[in-house]
Amino acid sequence: MSELAKKYDVIIIGGGPAGLSAGIYTARARLSTLLIERAAIGGQIINAGKVENYPGYADGVSGIDLTQAMHQQAEKFGVQTLYDEVIALEINGKDKIVKTPQGDFISKAVIIAGGAERQKLNVPGEAEFTGKGVSYCATCDGAFFRDKTVAVIGGGNAAVTEALELTKFATKVTLIHRRHELRAAKIMEEKLLADKKIEILWDTVVLEVLGDKLVKSIKLRNIVTNKESALDVSGVFVAVGSQPATGYLKGLVTLDAVGAVITNDRLETSVPGIFAAGDIRSGSIRQVVGAAGDGAMAAINVGKYVSG
Amino acid sequence: MSKPVEVNEAKFDEMVLKAKLPVMVDFWAPWCGPCRMVAPIVDELANEYEGKVSFMKLNVDDSPKVASKYGVMSIPALIIFKNGAPVSNIVGFRPKPELKKNIDTALGG
Repeated sequence: MSELAKKYDVIIIGGGPAGLSAGIYTARARLSTLLIERAAIGGQIINAGKVENYPGYADGVSGIDLTQAMHQQAEKFGVQTLYDEVIALEINGKDKIVKTPQGDFISKAVIIAGGAERQKLNVPGEAEFTGKGVSYCATCDGAFFRDKTVAVIGGGNAAVTEALELTKFATKVTLIHRRHELRAAKIMEEKLLADKKIEILWDTVVLEVLGDKLVKSIKLRNIVTNKESALDVSGVFVAVGSQPATGYLKGLVTLDAVGAVITNDRLETSVPGIFAAGDIRSGSIRQVVGAAGDGAMAAINVGKYVSG
Repeated sequence: MSKPVEVNEAKFDEMVLKAKLPVMVDFWAPWCGPCRMVAPIVDELANEYEGKVSFMKLNVDDSPKVASKYGVMSIPALIIFKNGAPVSNIVGFRPKPELKKNIDTALGG
């Protein structure tokens, strides 16, 4: 990566829809832009086989195809990409110093767009059986559960999408949700309730994942009746929400109670010149279109900050 | 330039289990988004470890028996084989430095 400069107008941390959209805008504003991505371009949405609510794609588009196109578009306008982890973000006067294992990069402004990470169940057996029946990606792993029974844990958009995806393969899908109502788009909820392969267990939490070499069952508890039960399944798909990836930002910018970055209406954080966009931001709607909008807004305000 | 080679059920014994060099097999499928993100990293690793480790790709759709034999139920999965046996199993998308650490450990052990 020796061809990368050390100084930029703006550094974008995170290569999901928020960061990519921000990069398209900063690069077109002729701000030199470095985008740093810890893992894979695309963020959480790369797990989505089909995105049906992004404007402009009447027939839907895969999360990968959508974000790869965004990345091509950002690079076309001059965004440089570094694949590495940001260890720390520091301030030196007006300079922002972004520390990575490949050295320090300095910029006038930073856009934090690191998104959120899938939350785990944090129950016994979950870590042990990850990749042996416990999965966090139905589009990746659904086909390994052909003619088997599976459980999906959660009640939001991700859980409902995964449950519907899994009906293509599994003989039966049990959705296990700790509340008595879903938090998904109505159109998805209607599809779910109409699907004869899907059964819903309301007010229920998972206590433990059990098996020998592979998952065999899960232990459950109904939180209203306190009754415990077991459910035989080969697959457990976890979709219980996500957590903002802000570990390295503690003590630098102000975070809310769940660890998301607090911004003002210009998407600026508590530190001048540091902006936040997408799922990492407190109050985010956690949708690709929202992340893209955030990215554009943060980028335009970065432009004003850098030239101001 | 060294590129990962396609391997399938029929050739698995000869190309992976009987190989002289350690082999990292990338278990993938066309419908798996994160698998498509792993591919360019495996390409880079193939270059960096040329002469030390062989890199192969196995489509689990075409070779389900191999996947099931090695307990692959989640992809992408990267399994390192040494002297005919799996010595390291990495499930899910991982950043390149972490993959390198796994390969180096497998080479050393």
